[in-house]
Amino acid sequence: MTVESTAARKPRRSSGTKRASAKRTPQPQSSEPQLVQLLSPEGERVEHPDYGIDLTPEELRGLYRDMVLTRRFDAEATALQRQGELGLWASLLGQEAAQIGSGRALRDDDYVFPTYREHGVAWCRGVDPTNLLGMFRGVNHGGWDPNSNNFHLYTIVIGSQTLHATGYAMGVAKDGADSAVIAYFGDGASSQGDVAESFTFAAVYNAPVVFFCQNNQWAISEPTEKQTRVPLYQRAQGYGFPGVRVDGNDVLACLAVTRSALERARRGEGPTLVEAFTYRMGAHTTSDDPTKYRRDEEREAWEAKDPILRLRRYLEREGHADEAFFTALDEESETLGKRVREVVRAMPDPDPMAIFDHVYADGHALVDEERAQFAAYQASFEDTQSGSAGEGK
Amino acid sequence: MAVQKLPIAKAINESLRKALETDPKVLIMGEDVGKLGGVFRVTDGLQKDFGEDRVIDTPLAESGIIGTAIGLALRGYRPVAEIQFDGFVFPAYDQIVTQLAKMHARALGKIKLPVVIRIPYGGGIGAVEHHSESPEALFAHVAGLKIVSPSNASDAYWMMQQAIQSDDPVIFFEPKRRYWDKGEVNAEAIPGPLHGARVAREGTDLTLAAYGPMVKVCLEAAAAAEEEGKSLEVVDLRSMSPIDFDTIQTSVEKTRRLVVVHEAPVFFGSGAEIAARLTERCFYHLEAPVLRVGGYHAPYPPARLEDEYLPGLDRVLDAVDRSLAY
Repeated sequence: MTVESTAARKPRRSSGTKRASAKRTPQPQSSEPQLVQLLSPEGERVEHPDYGIDLTPEELRGLYRDMVLTRRFDAEATALQRQGELGLWASLLGQEAAQIGSGRALRDDDYVFPTYREHGVAWCRGVDPTNLLGMFRGVNHGGWDPNSNNFHLYTIVIGSQTLHATGYAMGVAKDGADSAVIAYFGDGASSQGDVAESFTFAAVYNAPVVFFCQNNQWAISEPTEKQTRVPLYQRAQGYGFPGVRVDGNDVLACLAVTRSALERARRGEGPTLVEAFTYRMGAHTTSDDPTKYRRDEEREAWEAKDPILRLRRYLEREGHADEAFFTALDEESETLGKRVREVVRAMPDPDPMAIFDHVYADGHALVDEERAQFAAYQASFEDTQSGSAGEGK
Repeated sequence: MAVQKLPIAKAINESLRKALETDPKVLIMGEDVGKLGGVFRVTDGLQKDFGEDRVIDTPLAESGIIGTAIGLALRGYRPVAEIQFDGFVFPAYDQIVTQLAKMHARALGKIKLPVVIRIPYGGGIGAVEHHSESPEALFAHVAGLKIVSPSNASDAYWMMQQAIQSDDPVIFFEPKRRYWDKGEVNAEAIPGPLHGARVAREGTDLTLAAYGPMVKVCLEAAAAAEEEGKSLEVVDLRSMSPIDFDTIQTSVEKTRRLVVVHEAPVFFGSGAEIAARLTERCFYHLEAPVLRVGGYHAPYPPARLEDEYLPGLDRVLDAVDRSLAY
């Protein structure tokens, strides 16, 4: 896959050279700006002048498998919330292509700074999906080792992690490494000052970071029009780095565009903003009720662009996957769902004394004092209750 | 440099220089910290000697400074970030409180955040609004942060060394009106613990507890009281999170009276915490309620009024008299 370094320098609005539009790619929505697409909703391969991709059938099946398993995991987590096993779940339904495409573009030594919805990216990084569930069950606030998979903890405060990613990328550059960093955020976060500041810092220091915005059209109940008057990818122009909008439901396009942006970062050419144009098919979280603010017709229109369905159509059309593959994958999905269910149900509540663990790395006198007080308080119950077996405190 | 007499600003400068020399992972970052050497010249000459890669002039965006410092720390660096003035820290408050303070716990200890935030703080320099505030209580309330403030050049030097070596985030409040006060710095001494308080002057009748810029005021008050036959002990807290309550307790069990002095507003301030804790610890030793002297519940006033607003010698002695009158 080769991409010209100028490829991402959009938009091509200047009069005269209508080079891009003269070429072959028909744009899916005429009122929308340029959208990089390599696989149509009907599962037909389309060419793009700037972004190519050439994958083996095995790689294509791999992407399909990633998306299906991620969706299955996500559905299991939603069900577990409904069963009271999780306090909350933030579903990624509909955003599988954006996450798997970008996630599979990464090298092992690259570093990911996710929001709280990047379950598909976590999957690509090799994070055990059950590790993601602890915070939603309420047994920890994350707790996985970010450095074991180069996948930072989920960040709940909107947009904060884009600055961490930028700082990390500044460090990568100082180290002389050719790794890249990717910061995930959403259309809602694009309004945050921290995101604007991360664009500024990344541009000024030419940091090797890719800003990957999943524009899923809704920030809880607020549509993208409440966040911006211009297409989000165009914001990059004002900071002096390229922005590109990609069909976020097209896993091939997401992979190609992210790869190109990461390569650009590795070459020392600085940040890129990728806007993956997608749709949050489910609620914001399990606490949300989208019927209050959006119409079914909108969701139905996006259903026709489903990321998994379109890749399946392509695989079938090209003969890259047979029935045995799909059947085996269905079984693997059910096994995953079962495992997730079992692990979550067996997940123990932490020891109450864990409140005082890891507040500080080097200790703190007050924490020590309060830990001792709390331990004594807990112990006082044990004394009075000895003999009354099995009663909770 | 073995033993030198240095102003506080220069002592911090020497400390930063030593850290840059000894640990290649130490970075200095902030607004105007490079060529200019900072608006108070605390980082003077460091960029010239260590380069723009290690002494980094940043965009004027405080949240960006702290947010990227967090990212650099995650990459293995030890950033020392300057917030130019106390009143400018608030754009970064979110990053400090929601991210910097909590990330180590969020990761169940698997990552560390060795970030130092330097903040010149407090009044007394005749500045315009937002340049004279004392927001330490707003940070001391947050678990995960450590808060210190030196009162003299030796502490400024050594506490900065220790803050940079700490694996926890440390907010280093620098008493800006004392930047030019000189004191002896022994770079070969063995420093006490970063969070230990220090008895700055011994006395028997009453304890004055203070930190940062107010230690000098308390020492002057103790000297003035001595002429009236009163013996005041002065405890320099040095650290507001954690607070060395044991040292205060030892002092109060001896003197039986305590007055806490700080520039920050009294209401919900560190004096309230110290009063509550010491009352609990020394209830039967106290001859008088713990009194507090500090700023009023009003915005920091225009410079022409700051001498009225800030605790000075007379207001401290007034509180001493009230305590002794019980």
